[in-house]
Amino acid sequence: MNQKKSLWKIITGSREVSLLLILIVMLIVVQILSRGTFLTPTNIGQIFRNNALTMLMALGMLCVMLTAGIDISITSTLAFTGMIIGMLQKRAGFTNTFALFLLAALIGIACGFLNGLIISKGHLAPIICTMGFMYIWRGLAYVVSNNQWASGADVAKFAEFGKDGSVGPYIILIIAYVVFFIVMKWTTFGRRIYAVGSNADAARVSGINVDRVLIQVYTIMGLLAGLAGALSVSIYASAQPNMQYGKEMDVIAACVIGGTSMNGGRGSVVGTFLGALFYAVLAKALPLVGLDSIWQNLIKGVVVLAVVLINVLTQRTMDRAALERREM
Amino acid sequence: MSEDLILELKGITKIFPGVKALNNVQFQLRRGEVHALMGENGAGKSTFIKVITGVHAAEEGHMYLNGKEVHFKGPKDALEAGIAAVYQHPTTYPTLSVTENIFIGHEFVKRGMIQWRQMNQEAKKLLDRLDADFKPGDEMGTLSVAQQQMVEIAKALSTNAKIIILDEPTAALTANESEKLYRIVDQLREEGVSIIFISHRMEDMYRLASRVTVFRDSQYIGTYDVDKITEAELIKAMVGREISDMYPKPQVKIGDEVFRIEGMSRTGYFKDVSLNIHAGEIVGLTGLVGAGRTETMEAVCGITKADGGKVFVDGKEVHIKNPADAMKAGIVLLPEDRQKQGLILGWGLGDNVILPVQDELAKGPFKVKNEAKERELAKKYLEEVDTKAVTIFDPGSSLSGGNQQKVVVAKALVQDNMKVLIMDEPTKGVDVGAKAEIYSIMGDLAKKGYGILLISSEMAEILGMSDRIYTMCKGRITGCLDIQEASQERLLELSMENSRTTGKEAVK
Repeated sequence: MNQKKSLWKIITGSREVSLLLILIVMLIVVQILSRGTFLTPTNIGQIFRNNALTMLMALGMLCVMLTAGIDISITSTLAFTGMIIGMLQKRAGFTNTFALFLLAALIGIACGFLNGLIISKGHLAPIICTMGFMYIWRGLAYVVSNNQWASGADVAKFAEFGKDGSVGPYIILIIAYVVFFIVMKWTTFGRRIYAVGSNADAARVSGINVDRVLIQVYTIMGLLAGLAGALSVSIYASAQPNMQYGKEMDVIAACVIGGTSMNGGRGSVVGTFLGALFYAVLAKALPLVGLDSIWQNLIKGVVVLAVVLINVLTQRTMDRAALERREM
Repeated sequence: MSEDLILELKGITKIFPGVKALNNVQFQLRRGEVHALMGENGAGKSTFIKVITGVHAAEEGHMYLNGKEVHFKGPKDALEAGIAAVYQHPTTYPTLSVTENIFIGHEFVKRGMIQWRQMNQEAKKLLDRLDADFKPGDEMGTLSVAQQQMVEIAKALSTNAKIIILDEPTAALTANESEKLYRIVDQLREEGVSIIFISHRMEDMYRLASRVTVFRDSQYIGTYDVDKITEAELIKAMVGREISDMYPKPQVKIGDEVFRIEGMSRTGYFKDVSLNIHAGEIVGLTGLVGAGRTETMEAVCGITKADGGKVFVDGKEVHIKNPADAMKAGIVLLPEDRQKQGLILGWGLGDNVILPVQDELAKGPFKVKNEAKERELAKKYLEEVDTKAVTIFDPGSSLSGGNQQKVVVAKALVQDNMKVLIMDEPTKGVDVGAKAEIYSIMGDLAKKGYGILLISSEMAEILGMSDRIYTMCKGRITGCLDIQEASQERLLELSMENSRTTGKEAVK
């Protein structure tokens, strides 16, 4: 039997490969349009630093979406934790960077756990439950702020970790992606998440505790959102209650561009990385190729739709090819 | 004589809200035997299996494994105790690979890491043993039902189970595939595995089992040695009465052709399907699960899109692009899944019944709902099918399966331009009493001159009600028999055989 696949089959047979190709084409086009000024080490560093929060949270969103769920409370969790650790520095003078990150992670875990508990045990639709918490955590962020900000001077020491030129954010991203890549592919824990999203009833019958898996994925999402809260304070050297407002959609978009299915069971860490990177490159490239900022949202939207449509069409071609193989 | 029992269940009672699914049933499985479990649909077999595998907890009763009483809290306990089940409807993960489907829950793990290479190799070995024609890396969702069934069997084998339960494993298999499965079962028995085998097919039982236990209406009827019971006795035990009085088939004068399809095709589902129905005629359409019967009719009714083919009503070609077109043309479908596609369960029965004609009844340019007329119509048709409902405001979810089906029939009748009624598994999951009522309604409709297509996997029902029977296999029409020349054996043969008549010849 001929095991070698044709190049075309490899491209259409894997969403990751087709997305990578689209990404490369886009990079080439932008590089030409910007007359070679785009792909510089500084710019590449900027792309990752500016999108570190989205990239980090996209991993959690991948897990949530694999179970056919969604979490729109993440940037509120981010703001809530960010505000707490910002205010701890401003009012209590607490400046141990590691302890602050740990605290942010714990707060995030608590927030995510609540989501998971209510969604699994209360059988609430994920979008409704997380919408509730979207308002609650954002509201609490305002309460914590008490009409004040934590400014650059308040968080000066903490901001060392994430300031321009520091390797801190990159290290967090690299660790997170490596850990998730391994966990999602090579551990039973990761595969349970896929199983629950692919067919929850079957998972139940094969003895998988579906509720526990749901609680776990929302808790992971919360953990990452909490870490992103600390990271945000560190990178932007400030904490405000309206931070990252509305950016949860960027995270979801990154996952969807990366081939994650809203119906669950389909998606990968590599795809999510490429999706987030695609989104980040797009945001950085538009001004560089001379497009006014007023056009940016419009173009972002069109490109997102186009990529997802290509994804859907690829999937349909794959399904159809499989159907044609059926003996009749 | 003391028997070597590996599994024994005593006095098992399982209650679902409103129904006793199992009433004080018992069961004994000897070590290394193949034991058939038989009974009509709804007799409680599948529920019983799920009690054994820990999916359902029984309200009463005891279960002994190797003589020791066990209490399974969940499916995992049963798996660990060496009991594996292959369910009737494959419980698979469509987006995951075959390997992963086989090993989910008991992956090879070394130092916390899943050993994909080893698992793929082991999966390949299992698939080779089953002589499967697909690869471990294939995505489950792209496989046919028969192939998915094989994956399920591979999964049971992979757990090294001591007891394997097969719930209608041959329902979706061809004769060749069934024979392959028989050989695997023989092989397992020789290896000392005990097997519980649920099947509607007598040939499965005769070929494999040494003993058979019969359930009827949620109760235990008896356990018999296969070589000491005749087929007639067994059927009597299963059905509880002679089968002939079940089907009140009226003698109707067959009229002109009302419905014909020619060369309907859809890639991967069905190919070149042609058939016709006359006024007053009940036409059976049978075949194994996955033969493409439902898919064909869904395409005829515009629910899915066919790649090609023509539909004629009263000799005139009609172009159907969506279900509304089909209704306008007088073709009405009673869907197989009445809870999902037939009724809006949360709505009152009246609103359900008049839904197809609500627009026509509405008054004035702004289409104001005509409540009085709606109520009148709903009442009339619900009485005609004799549902047990108290008022037309009862929600659809308050009725049993059989009565829900009657409401769906009322919903069809309300469309007064109806000429053809396609009934897809109309008695699936319906108890015996309601079944007989549905058959009698079917007979009445034929008398009124409607053309009826009865899609069913139940041979007795097809043979009892049809004037003419088409068989389908792997997406094609494989035969068309008049009721006089039809028999269970002949139909099964046609449902499974590989030689086929072309669609054109099948239209008489």
